[in-house]
Amino acid sequence: MALTRKDIQALVQDDRVHRDLYVSQELFALEQRHFFANTWQFVGHASQVPAAGDYFSVEIASQPLLMVRQADGGIRVLHNRCAHKGMPLSTDACGNTGKFWRCPYHAWTYKLDGTPLAFPMKKGYEGTRMPESEAGQGMGAVKDVEVYRDFVFCKFSEGGPDFRSFFGGVLAAIDNLVDRSPTGKLRVEGGILRNVIHCNWKMYLENINDTVHPQSAHESATQAANLLWQGKPADEPKPMAMEQILPFGAGYDFFDRMGGRVYPNGHSMLGVNFSIHSGYAQVPEYEAALQAAHGAERTAEILQRSPQNSVFFPSLAVKSSPQAIRVIRPLAADRTLVEAWSFRVDGAPDLLFERSMTYNRLVFSPMSVVAHDDVHLFESIQQGLQSDHNEWVSLHRDFDASELEGGTREVNGTNELLMRNQFRAWARYMTVDME
Amino acid sequence: MTPQEFIAYEARLLDEARYDDWLTLFAADGRYWVPLKGAAQAEGEPHNALADEDHLLLSLRVQRLKNPKAHSQHPRSRSQHVLQVSQQLKGDAYSCELHTPFLYIESRGSRQLLLAGSATHRLVRAGDAWRIRLKRVDLLDAGEPLPAIQLFP
Ligand code: FES
Ligand SMILES: [Fe+2]
Repeated sequence: MALTRKDIQALVQDDRVHRDLYVSQELFALEQRHFFANTWQFVGHASQVPAAGDYFSVEIASQPLLMVRQADGGIRVLHNRCAHKGMPLSTDACGNTGKFWRCPYHAWTYKLDGTPLAFPMKKGYEGTRMPESEAGQGMGAVKDVEVYRDFVFCKFSEGGPDFRSFFGGVLAAIDNLVDRSPTGKLRVEGGILRNVIHCNWKMYLENINDTVHPQSAHESATQAANLLWQGKPADEPKPMAMEQILPFGAGYDFFDRMGGRVYPNGHSMLGVNFSIHSGYAQVPEYEAALQAAHGAERTAEILQRSPQNSVFFPSLAVKSSPQAIRVIRPLAADRTLVEAWSFRVDGAPDLLFERSMTYNRLVFSPMSVVAHDDVHLFESIQQGLQSDHNEWVSLHRDFDASELEGGTREVNGTNELLMRNQFRAWARYMTVDME
Repeated sequence: MTPQEFIAYEARLLDEARYDDWLTLFAADGRYWVPLKGAAQAEGEPHNALADEDHLLLSLRVQRLKNPKAHSQHPRSRSQHVLQVSQQLKGDAYSCELHTPFLYIESRGSRQLLLAGSATHRLVRAGDAWRIRLKRVDLLDAGEPLPAIQLFP
């Protein structure tokens, strides 16, 4: 029997969620049609397609897509499917298509915006129903696309919230990242680290907001780092790797005091007061460049905010320092692609770019020493949830009935509200267009 | 040991999980590097790596593997290098460079991961032994989505 709206809503209670959210393939299939279609997904960054005809292929909720720079400078997101028989217009990860698309199978062509241009043996279609059918309409573009300070998002379904009302206050995290450039420009550089993790995507996303696990989960990495660093004089400059790994060993109190904020629709910001990134060495020449662009007061404001993570529910997590994002691409109920992207900040010294790449390599690479324990835990939990002994996952910590009113709220950094908030949004957008 | 014998010995130490012994094969300024673009990545190109470790980070890795709280090592990972014959690209009595294509298998519990690639070793002479100045590992699938790689291809 098909799951109804009521069945699904019953899986998300005020203070706990049912394991089916993580393990059910049936729910995963429904997520593709309902949840992902009704929410805004991160597609890519404008710097990946600088010139007209540049494209970047991406798959979102099983949909093969192309993010394409248009002749007029705009960006479109096209369905990567030939209108004729379904051949993708490109099977490369990225490239430049020139002035138009040309299908390798029977040479139908399309303009950069996906509208039909021409096809061979035109006569054979005269008097047929092809021109009025889907085949005659071209590749098709995703209608709802928003480019926010060069970050490209899209939404598949026609209804649902517009971009601004969906993300609301959390957009400040992208602002903070972009404002770190004296010229307001970032470029994706240095390559994308790609991980396949055998766990549900929500488990990964939930962990981005989990500050209680580092002390126990990352003990092996932080103990090893401490062992190698102990006895060094306090004023000895730390190698970048140590500067980035050691703070993972901070205690419960540190993470609790860093503070968190939830926004409507599942978004959140962790580390609103300070974070494990707050202690990175200052770079005077960079600060001077920022001050020249923004003024001293604004510069101080930009630099003193370095949240641990800002979650753009459900597909993006942003670190404004060290200029890194994670993109979450669900593949199956028990398989998730997690990408770590680095940014070069225009007008800033190389050191910042190295910081971004080093952080991603140390913490989010398939060969990362920090991530091995996380990945092991996620993949094991996926197994552990098979236990019929207890079908519920606890999210009780710091529950407060008044939080059910919703809205933007500030809480302590270890509060599981940041996760409850994600699941409430999940239940809402999963069922909003269901009977 | 000839440089070729040294390469085979290095792989054996890894596959026998003798990581402390393996560390001693590196020169003090030695580097273990797995570029993200694999063989297509030029040295010095500002591009990321799956791993890029100096002596300090390699020691950190080895320390961590020994720590009983290394959760991802319950159960332990095992590795097997299947090496082709190393080709010496250049060299004299004091330094040399070798190219070694390989298959690498890492298994843990019932899950197995197979990687293909080639290693470039830059060796320097230290007294009567060879030391690794650079071990560059070019994975065939370096830029593809990968599961966790916990040991040392
Ligand atoms: S499938 Fe594209 S032209 Fe036939
Ligand atoms: Fe973690």
